[in-house]
Amino acid sequence: MVGDTCSFCELENVRKVFHRKNDEPLVAIDDVCCEIIEGELVSLLGPSGCGKTTLLRILAGLTPASDGTVRIRGKDINGPEPDFGIVFQTPNLMPWRTVLDNVLFPMEILKLKNGDARKRALDLLELVGLKGFEKVRPNQLSGGMQQRASLCRALIHKPSLLLMDEPFGALDELTRMEMNDLLLDIRRVTNATTVFVTHSITEAVYLSDQVLVFSTRPARVATRLRIDIPYPRSPELRYTEQFNKFEKLAGAALGVTR
Amino acid sequence: MKLENISKYFYPVMGVVLVIFVWHIYVVGFDINPVVLPKPLLVLNIMIEERVLLLTEGWATFKECVYGFALALALGIPIAVALTSSKTLNLTFYPLLIGTQSVPKVAVAPIILVWFGLGFESKLVIAFLVAFFPIVIDTATGLRATPQELLDLAVSLRASRLQIFLKIQFPAALPFIFSGAKVAVTLAVIGAVIGEFIGATEGLGNLLLVANSQVDTPLAWASLVALSVLGMVMFAGVVAAERILMPWAEDH
Repeated sequence: MVGDTCSFCELENVRKVFHRKNDEPLVAIDDVCCEIIEGELVSLLGPSGCGKTTLLRILAGLTPASDGTVRIRGKDINGPEPDFGIVFQTPNLMPWRTVLDNVLFPMEILKLKNGDARKRALDLLELVGLKGFEKVRPNQLSGGMQQRASLCRALIHKPSLLLMDEPFGALDELTRMEMNDLLLDIRRVTNATTVFVTHSITEAVYLSDQVLVFSTRPARVATRLRIDIPYPRSPELRYTEQFNKFEKLAGAALGVTR
Repeated sequence: MKLENISKYFYPVMGVVLVIFVWHIYVVGFDINPVVLPKPLLVLNIMIEERVLLLTEGWATFKECVYGFALALALGIPIAVALTSSKTLNLTFYPLLIGTQSVPKVAVAPIILVWFGLGFESKLVIAFLVAFFPIVIDTATGLRATPQELLDLAVSLRASRLQIFLKIQFPAALPFIFSGAKVAVTLAVIGAVIGEFIGATEGLGNLLLVANSQVDTPLAWASLVALSVLGMVMFAGVVAAERILMPWAEDH
């Protein structure tokens, strides 16, 4: 503990090697150390295919690390924690369920589906602007709306950690900006610690308390940026000098700018 | 919308009418002997005249198909589930399945008749044998094709294997199961008729053989049409079940 901040998650020398058939082993992540403070929004920023998604999967307990320790709330983890919420690259909704039933899916698995859960699902859907679409099937929604529903599904069981894997990468620029603001709103309401994987510099700087910039494969933390711009942040922020300064720093770490 | 509905029925009906028309013109124009090819109108007359016979024989064949197909579903789906859920089972039985499947069913049919007799049971078994394979293969393919991210989502919530199967894998495999069932149901009709050809006392296949041996070509054609109607009814049954069990697929 440092002051009033409390460490939520610590990664120590995390390494991931994929052993491939008829090929040399692939080092996806090498010696990653970082600390995530409770309630923080941290972006993992890096080029496509650098191993950020693998790191997120390790945090989610879906892929075991080859080496190093992952400690969450002081405990070593080696499997999935049911109180994490995940948003994937694609909305990944079940076409046979209505939007509401998709959102309630985690509650069903955790055997917590009841009137309260239903009420919470309806509230979340309203929060993301999907009021009136509860009974609709996912294939009748646009990509952006599907991703909103998938966000509700990740939040329904009040996760202590929200893991997001390039969730807005497939959306158009305007929808993506809208979703960024929505995410910040949601975070203000839920206070969930969030790890956000992205390859967009602007998105990372706009959303985060902390940006971890990764090098190309094997992924290593090249730079840590603390974005000390107070929340709430508004879209105009993107055009300020202070914001551009952070973008330049992140760009430099990625080798895009000097 | 209304126009669309009309054309949905109009064009298929016109297709059938066109074929019957060409058939009629051909028989009349070239003065074809009714023993070789009867006029469509003659076939229709026979169908009306012999409607009781066609319905009774059709009912016999229908039962053979339905029971054979139902048995193929009842055994095929659980076997596919077993094969996909265990590597050992898959390695042990999958080659065997393929091996037995490559034996032509027509070649096995006489043996089945020896085992199960000339009655209903032998036809049911042959219908089952031909319908079984597409159901197993398509169900297994469907179960293996579950989107990985959905599985990840379930695993991240520590879902049990049963929960994963019931809530994700099975519903995700339903479209595959139905496409297998559509192939299987038409094959079941072929299987039942093969069985009746080898030896039977009833059924449309039997009627077809009897009519042919008596050079009653119009009745043979009438049985053929009845068989095709039977096949379509069975197929429509599967499509109706698909609509009921998979309402989400309607939008496509």
